[in-house]
Amino acid sequence: MKKAIVTVVGDDKVGIISSVATRLSQYQINILDITQTIMKDDVFVMLALVDIEQASAPFHEVKEGLDALGQAMGLSIRIQREDIFNSMHKV
Amino acid sequence: MATMNPHEILETIRMIDQENLDIRTITMGISLRDCVSDSMGRLCEKIYDKICRTARDLVRTGRDIEEEYGIPIVNKRISVTPVSMIAEGTGASDYTPIARALDRAAKEVGVNFIGGFSALVHKGYTAGDRTLIRSIAESLATTEYVCSSVNVGTTKAGINMDAVAEMGGVIKRAAELTAGQDGLAAAKLVVFCNAVEDNPFMAGAFHGPGEPECVINVGVSGPGVVKSALEAVRGKPFDVVAETVKRTAFRITRMGQLVAREASRRLQVPFGIVDLSLAPTPAVGDSVAHILTEMGLEMAGAPGTTAALALLNDAVKKGGVMASSHVGGLSGAFIPVSEDAGMIEAAEAGALTLEKLEAMTCVCSVGLDMIAVPGDTPAETLSAIIADEAAIGMINQKTTAVRIIPAPGKIVGDSVEFGGLLGHAPVMAVNRFGCGDFIRRGGRIPAPIHSLRN
Repeated sequence: MKKAIVTVVGDDKVGIISSVATRLSQYQINILDITQTIMKDDVFVMLALVDIEQASAPFHEVKEGLDALGQAMGLSIRIQREDIFNSMHKV
Repeated sequence: MATMNPHEILETIRMIDQENLDIRTITMGISLRDCVSDSMGRLCEKIYDKICRTARDLVRTGRDIEEEYGIPIVNKRISVTPVSMIAEGTGASDYTPIARALDRAAKEVGVNFIGGFSALVHKGYTAGDRTLIRSIAESLATTEYVCSSVNVGTTKAGINMDAVAEMGGVIKRAAELTAGQDGLAAAKLVVFCNAVEDNPFMAGAFHGPGEPECVINVGVSGPGVVKSALEAVRGKPFDVVAETVKRTAFRITRMGQLVAREASRRLQVPFGIVDLSLAPTPAVGDSVAHILTEMGLEMAGAPGTTAALALLNDAVKKGGVMASSHVGGLSGAFIPVSEDAGMIEAAEAGALTLEKLEAMTCVCSVGLDMIAVPGDTPAETLSAIIADEAAIGMINQKTTAVRIIPAPGKIVGDSVEFGGLLGHAPVMAVNRFGCGDFIRRGGRIPAPIHSLRN
């Protein structure tokens, strides 16, 4: 399994999770875990742990696709390999 | 089991987005020993071909890692075998064609610096060393990417004062040949004592004779991350400061280790070392000097600066060592003047003098770095500054270096502009008392005693 973390940050609005999940499913990317919260000043934060092993497109294409979705919705959406978070915070 | 820690994820993202956390450089070390030839043309051809072949995928791989992990990798660079070692067989009296070949290769593979136009002369010169040193000024002035270094002393061999005397003149000439760019060529030249063989940082990187055929070394960065971690412990005792720096350095280094391993795997080149240096850039929030001010100093250079830097340098090493399987290079805190917004500020305000910088180099990772001085500074004064710095390195068994720019036509109070990572710097005052007779003696300063340490 090749895991990545998707981070979505921006102003809260209807349909963020659904749009992101739809876009991920278009790339055959499975969501393993998801968490979402509204921080102060109505900032929406969503984190998803996903499996990119079976992704139908190369990483940079997925990244560009999510970026485009983010721009269309006025959000910052990024995807990063999970190892970077593990390496920094776990011994 | 899939788990996420939102706090950790957001913390990492904040470090990258707001605190300028990045990988400063992935540097590929390439041995050029198999390029040796008795024809200059053939040597240059072999060098160019080997670099282009070996480093073909370096920049692309760096970009791929950057994209997948979401961590900026600022520089992709190459270091090569000290050129004096591979050029001797040509019998040539000028090595500038080799510098041009290196420059072309760097351009072709897309790296932004290539280091190794170097000679190690701490105990004396070979014929090739002499030719190389004579070719440095012209080579740096006529190429864009080539960096040069000369090692003039070691703790075990002492200091080659003939080389020290010569290097003052080389620096001066390099600056004069690039007068139109404020002496830029001198910014690509480092004079070392105790140079290390696996340093990934420029301008002093070269691929040492003890290194393998090809190797990946990674230099991390992150002064902004350390500073903001210290903001959270304002007013607390130094024990807390040291612990905070260690913990932060650990995280930064882990990321460096990950990137180094990944680059090594993808390029199928062995992983060498992670260099733990806190390397600043002129960008706001990326300053080592501002870590010192965060500790409670009004400006870098104020009394207390040497102690603050000693703590910082040591804590960075302690934190980083456990985070990487192999630590090397220069590893510590860099204190270049022109490449650090806080150092520039301090120099402009008069808080930071050359003498204080010299004291700081006793405890920092390298030495007098990216310092602009008046263009009329005599060559022997530059040599004497090198001698002082080399002596600090020799006695304290550490690497020291001098990268100083006698900016043509500039006087104290002027400023020089090198652009990009090299930044800009105020021209600093130099002690005007003479040292010519001292430098003209030549010979060698013997290696120091290793007992009776006081």
